[in-house]
Amino acid sequence: MSDHFLEVRDLSVAFPTEDGIVNAVTGVSFDLDRNESLAIVGESGSGKSVTSQAILGLINRKAAKVSGQVWLDGIDLVTSTDEEIRSLRGQKMAMIFQDPLSSLHPFYTVGRQLVEAIRVHQKVDKKAARRQAIDMLERVGIPAPAQRIDDYPHQLSGGMRQRVMIAMALINSPDLLIADEPTTALDVTVQAQILELMRDLQNEYNTAIIIITHDLGVVAEFSDRVGVMYGSRLVERGTIDDIFYRPEMPYTTGLLASVPRLDQLHGRLDPIPGQPPSLLALPDGCTFRPRCPYSEHVPDGLCAKQLPDLLESEPGHDVRCHLTPEQRRTFATERLGALVGDGRE
Amino acid sequence: MVIMLFLLSIVTFGMYAVLPSDPAALTCGKSCSPQVIEANRIRLGLDKPLVEQYTTFVSAIFVGRTYGSGSQTFECPAPCFGYSFNRGEDVKTLVMEALPPTVAVVVGAFIIWMVVGIVLGVIAALKRGKWQDRFAMGFALIGYSFPSFFIGYVLLYFLVFRFQLLPFPRYEPFTEDPVAWFNGLLLAWVTLAMLFAAYYVRLTRNQMLETLGDDFIRTARAKGLPERTVIYRHGLRAGLTPIVTSAGLDIGILLGGSIIVETIFGIPGLGRLALSSVLDSDLPVVIAIVLIAAVFIIVANLVVDILYAVIDPRVRLA
Repeated sequence: MSDHFLEVRDLSVAFPTEDGIVNAVTGVSFDLDRNESLAIVGESGSGKSVTSQAILGLINRKAAKVSGQVWLDGIDLVTSTDEEIRSLRGQKMAMIFQDPLSSLHPFYTVGRQLVEAIRVHQKVDKKAARRQAIDMLERVGIPAPAQRIDDYPHQLSGGMRQRVMIAMALINSPDLLIADEPTTALDVTVQAQILELMRDLQNEYNTAIIIITHDLGVVAEFSDRVGVMYGSRLVERGTIDDIFYRPEMPYTTGLLASVPRLDQLHGRLDPIPGQPPSLLALPDGCTFRPRCPYSEHVPDGLCAKQLPDLLESEPGHDVRCHLTPEQRRTFATERLGALVGDGRE
Repeated sequence: MVIMLFLLSIVTFGMYAVLPSDPAALTCGKSCSPQVIEANRIRLGLDKPLVEQYTTFVSAIFVGRTYGSGSQTFECPAPCFGYSFNRGEDVKTLVMEALPPTVAVVVGAFIIWMVVGIVLGVIAALKRGKWQDRFAMGFALIGYSFPSFFIGYVLLYFLVFRFQLLPFPRYEPFTEDPVAWFNGLLLAWVTLAMLFAAYYVRLTRNQMLETLGDDFIRTARAKGLPERTVIYRHGLRAGLTPIVTSAGLDIGILLGGSIIVETIFGIPGLGRLALSSVLDSDLPVVIAIVLIAAVFIIVANLVVDILYAVIDPRVRLA
C-alpha cells in the first residue's frame, strides 16, 4: 500500500505505569521518501524520541502499547514479530544517538563493535568485515582508520566518536537512518562537520533520514521537511520554508521566537511561558492551550473543549490549531517580525 | 603492600606484649616449676626485649632461626614463623597442613556461588517482577538473613541425619580418596556458597538492571543484534566490574579461614586452627595465621586491580 518509502500512520505509543497511562506518542502520521530528510522538532518529552524508537522497534512491546501502522518499503513494522524487526534493524534501518560516548560500548574497541554490526547482517569472515570497517571509518572521515579501528571509544574525541556511530549505522547501507539529536553533545564546529557528513552520505547511499532535534539551527541546515511535536502529537508539519518563514501554529511561532538571533541585538529572549504538559495527564482540548497566548481569540472557549485536527492550511503544510489561517499568520508576523512572510531571502 | 605487611606484623606481634598470659608459662603443663619456665623463656628467646624479639621473628621468616643453645637446640629453617609452644610443632607445618582444606573449601564454594549467583541474578533481572525474580530474591533473602551455622546445621540435619542422602561429612585429603574428599566438602561448599550466592544474586541483578538501561545497550539493539548477544556480550560484560571486585575480595578474606563452616563440618583448615589457637593463647600460630590471611587479602586486592585493567580498557595505562 505504500507510495512512499516510509509511511507512518496514526502511530501511538502508550506506557502503562503505576501512576497511569503515559501517552508518549499519539496519532502521529508522516511520510518520507529516499534521499529525503525529515526533522522532528519539539521540547523534551514531546514524544519525538519515542516516535523514532517505535519505528525502529526499540520500544519493548511488553511494556508499552504500540498501535497504528509503520510501513517501511512495504513491510508493516508494527505487526511484524520482534525477530522480523530485529533482522531489519541495522540492515534496512539504523539509528544514531545523542551521546556517542555512552552509546558506544566502553569495553570493546571501535573495530570490534563495527565488525559485530557487519557480521549480524552479512555472512563475511572477520577479516573481510574488518577491511569493510576500515573502509567505512575512512568514509566517515576518520584519519588513519587502520590504527583508529583498534582504539576504544574513550580514546577518541567526541566528533570522532559520533563519526564512528555514523559509520556503524551506515555500514550495512540502510535505507532509513534515524538520528536522535546527533549533534547535541558536540561542539558547534564539530556539529557542522557531522551534519555535512550525514548529508554527503545521504546523497551517496540515497538514504531517507529522520533527524530528531530541538535545535532549530540543525533543522534549517539539514532537513527538507519538518514535523513539530508537542504533547505527544504532531502540531504542525510542512516544508522547511513553511515552518521557518510561514509558521502558523502558535507553538511553532513560540519556538522560533525563543531562538537567540544575532540580527536582533536589542531585547530579551522571548520564551514560551509555562511548562510542557505531563504526558500522564494531557490537558483537555488543545494540548497547547494552557501556554497559548492567543486562545481567547477563538470563540466559545473551543480551545479548552476540543482538540483541533491537523488540517491542511496550504498545500503540504498542515497545522493543528483552532485559529483561522489569517489569524495565525497575523500573530506569527507580529511575534517574529521580518523573518516571517516574505518566503525566502 | 610490603609496608602494609610490615605494619601488620608489628601490630600482631604486639599481642605478645599486651596479652596478660605469659607465653613461657604456656610451654609446659600446669605443674611446672619456675625453673623450667625460666629455662624455656630463655630457650625461646622470650627473655629478650620486645624489639629484639620482633626482629628475630621477622628475620626468621627469611633466614630461619635456631632455638635454644647448647645441647637442647633445634633448627627452624626459613621461612620460619615460629614454634607452637602448646602443640610442640613448627608453626609452618601446622599452617601448611591446614591450608589445603581451606583452599578446597573456599575454591569449591566460590565456583558454586559465582555460578548460582550470576545465573540467578541475570534471570532475576531479565524477569523483573515475575515469579523467577521473586524466587531468586527470596533465595537471596534466606541466604542473607540466616547465619552460616544455622544453614550449615539445617543442611546437616536434613541431608545427613533425617534423609541420609549423604554420609556424615569427614574431611579426607584429595590425594587419598577423591570421592570421600568430595563428600566431606560438599556440605561445606553448599553452606558457604548459600551465604555468598545470596549477595551475588542481588549484586548481579542490580548491575544487570542498571547496564541494560544504558545507552550502549540501545545501540546494540539498534544494530540488530540478537537479544542474547545484547544481554550477555554487552550487558553482563559491562556489569561485571563490581562483581569481580567483590569476588576477589571475598575469596581473599575467606582464604584466611572460614571459622564457622570449618568448625561445623570438621574440616581441619585455617579457620579451625585459628579458633583453637586463639582459645589456647597459642600466639605464634595466631600471628602466623593473621599474617597469612593479610597476605591473601592484599594479594586479592592486587589481583582485582589487575583484573580491572583486563575488563575495563579505560583503566589501562597508555
